[in-house]
Amino acid sequence: MFNTQRKKLVPLLLSSALMAGIIAGCNSKEETTSGGGKSSETETVTFLIDNQTQLDGIQGIIDEFEKKNNIKVEIETRPGGSEGDNIIKTRLATGDMTDLAWINSGSSLQAVNPEQNFVDLSNEPFMETIMDDYKAAVSANGKVFGIPGTPTNAGGWLYNKKVYSDLGLSVPKTWDELMANNEKIKQAGKTAVIGTFKDTWTSQVIVLADNYNVLQENPTFAEDFTANKAKIATTPAALRSFEKLEEVFKAGYMNKEFLATGYDAGLKMLADGEGAHYPMITFALANLATTFPDKMQDIGVFAQPSDSADKNGLTVWMPAGIFINKNSEHIDAAKKFLEFYVSQEGVTIYSSKIPPTGPFAIEGVELPDDVYPAVKDMIQYFDAGNNAPALEFLSPVKGPSLEQITTQVGSGISSAKEGAELYDKDVEKQAKQLGLEGW
Amino acid sequence: MNKLANKTYTYYFLLPAGIVYFVFFLLPTIMSLFFSMTWWTLTDWEFIGLENFKTFLSEPSLNIGFKNTLIYAVLTSGLKVILGLLLGVYLSSKLKTVGFIRSMIFFPTLLSTIAVGIAFTMMMHPSQGIINIVLQGLGIAGPDWLGDTDIALLSVALVDVWKGVGMATVIFIAGIMSIPQDYYEALKIDGGNAWHNFKSIIIPLSRPAMNTVIILSFIGGLRSFDLIWTMTKGGPGFSTDLIASIIYKQYQAGFFGLSTAGNVILFILVSALAFPLYSYLNKKEVDL
Repeated sequence: MFNTQRKKLVPLLLSSALMAGIIAGCNSKEETTSGGGKSSETETVTFLIDNQTQLDGIQGIIDEFEKKNNIKVEIETRPGGSEGDNIIKTRLATGDMTDLAWINSGSSLQAVNPEQNFVDLSNEPFMETIMDDYKAAVSANGKVFGIPGTPTNAGGWLYNKKVYSDLGLSVPKTWDELMANNEKIKQAGKTAVIGTFKDTWTSQVIVLADNYNVLQENPTFAEDFTANKAKIATTPAALRSFEKLEEVFKAGYMNKEFLATGYDAGLKMLADGEGAHYPMITFALANLATTFPDKMQDIGVFAQPSDSADKNGLTVWMPAGIFINKNSEHIDAAKKFLEFYVSQEGVTIYSSKIPPTGPFAIEGVELPDDVYPAVKDMIQYFDAGNNAPALEFLSPVKGPSLEQITTQVGSGISSAKEGAELYDKDVEKQAKQLGLEGW
Repeated sequence: MNKLANKTYTYYFLLPAGIVYFVFFLLPTIMSLFFSMTWWTLTDWEFIGLENFKTFLSEPSLNIGFKNTLIYAVLTSGLKVILGLLLGVYLSSKLKTVGFIRSMIFFPTLLSTIAVGIAFTMMMHPSQGIINIVLQGLGIAGPDWLGDTDIALLSVALVDVWKGVGMATVIFIAGIMSIPQDYYEALKIDGGNAWHNFKSIIIPLSRPAMNTVIILSFIGGLRSFDLIWTMTKGGPGFSTDLIASIIYKQYQAGFFGLSTAGNVILFILVSALAFPLYSYLNKKEVDL
């Protein structure tokens, strides 16, 4: 009898001891954190950023900022792409967002309801130097919400200058000249156009990078498109973008295995001169610079040409933005960080860590002199004022299936017209889901 | 009162399991039925009736999706049954290396589907993949397994079979092992050969095993997602889209109500095909 009771007693004692330990543990932990906060008063600002972005430049800015201020910036990473978009949406919905958030500008930002979630920066003095085109891409209802996180990029044709000089080619001013160049490159036994459709997003570039040309023909296309007054399939200038993709496939200018080739393999082909052209967004220069630093002098870029030589300009990708969570408890500290980020000092630190892949979307800041030749190519278009943002930065509407549709058009499964019609349907669905007016 | 309590108190013991089932299964099911009829952004929602179902069913790639899903389910479950049965018969015989071969065939089942998908994507590369290199060595020009829209779905289905046939084989072995020796002896006395063995004893008497394999792999095929997503992401274009991958893309785009509606449709489709199949197969079973 005595024995069994003792048996029961032992676990009881053990478990109460464990309980006591847990409670004591909680207490002591709480004490240290609150005590530590009071004595040094370091504010900590959290920053959610995607894991595709190169962090060297941002980390450089953070290190310098932390030295100057009693504020700590803690980076937290998330996946990129649409998976990352969903993480942002979920964390905003559950009130679990960090103080600072890194989000693509344009249509991606519009999908997360900036007015409800982020601090309005329109009246901050440091916003005065931000380029107007960029402000437009991070605005909703006339309020501006973010600062540019990286230099601007452009969608165009990266090309290998060595191949060009070996074959005696010159930068094409019209689409026909480009196709003639392609023919010569093909005759010379090289890949004229590098296709990397295994990473499906790369198949969209020819269509998206044509927006400057579309806007030259139809200056109000972006507004009409948003308001459901213009369709791609019935607007000749917009349909032309899909036709260009189709023409490249039909002429057989792409590498034979473009469906099984990925982005990294494409960059290698361009750097080695195995391929002459790679329709791509210039953030690829950063990847090229890390993998093939000795080949950077061979890489140039030109805008996707239109059908006439007097219209020639670059389609610009607005950089991702940094936004302040409206429910943050450290809004002032976060604003201080943003102010430092867009100052000349911030830009200089950033450029010293990552050579810029394009001009900054900040007025009055200077680029280092030793930028890559491709960036010099880009700056020419900016200086001449021949540039326009890509459609996704002018309109909140971007169909989610574009990359599948451009894969179909670019591999001959469907025609340009069919692809454009399919995309119009896709866009309609997106607009309805966003609850836009007129759809 | 006391009597009633006596009668019902046993049900209290079901309560813990019942609560878990309700919270993690019934509640989400009911909620998804509800949210499938809303325009939903995770924070707020608006009731829009059957609009989502209309949008989902008018999805341009859905025709391909339905067709592909059926092809995929029939092909994978069919092949798993045939290969599983043959392997099961072979591996329930008294071979010396039977243990080794059994574990070799079962091994792929243990692997992560994603890892299998990535490995096969590399092996199926048109020029650098080992499959086509071997074929080239034999003087055959191998196709672009995942890039050719006509065969991409079949390639993925074959990988699915490679991965799943081990499970089918194990179920068949168990079924064949449970057939009493008496039947074989009776057949021997009647002068039957190996073919009669197979046709008149093994096939009819391993019916329960066969039905399990058919049902499991058919339902698995209908809602298959992970392998196709790793290997082709529904591409090139939309040519290997399955219903599940279409649903996932709606979710990715942030169309939460729409993707929920897609899931309800998939649920209805799987039930509409699986239940009749199940009762049909059950009728055909015979007692041992």
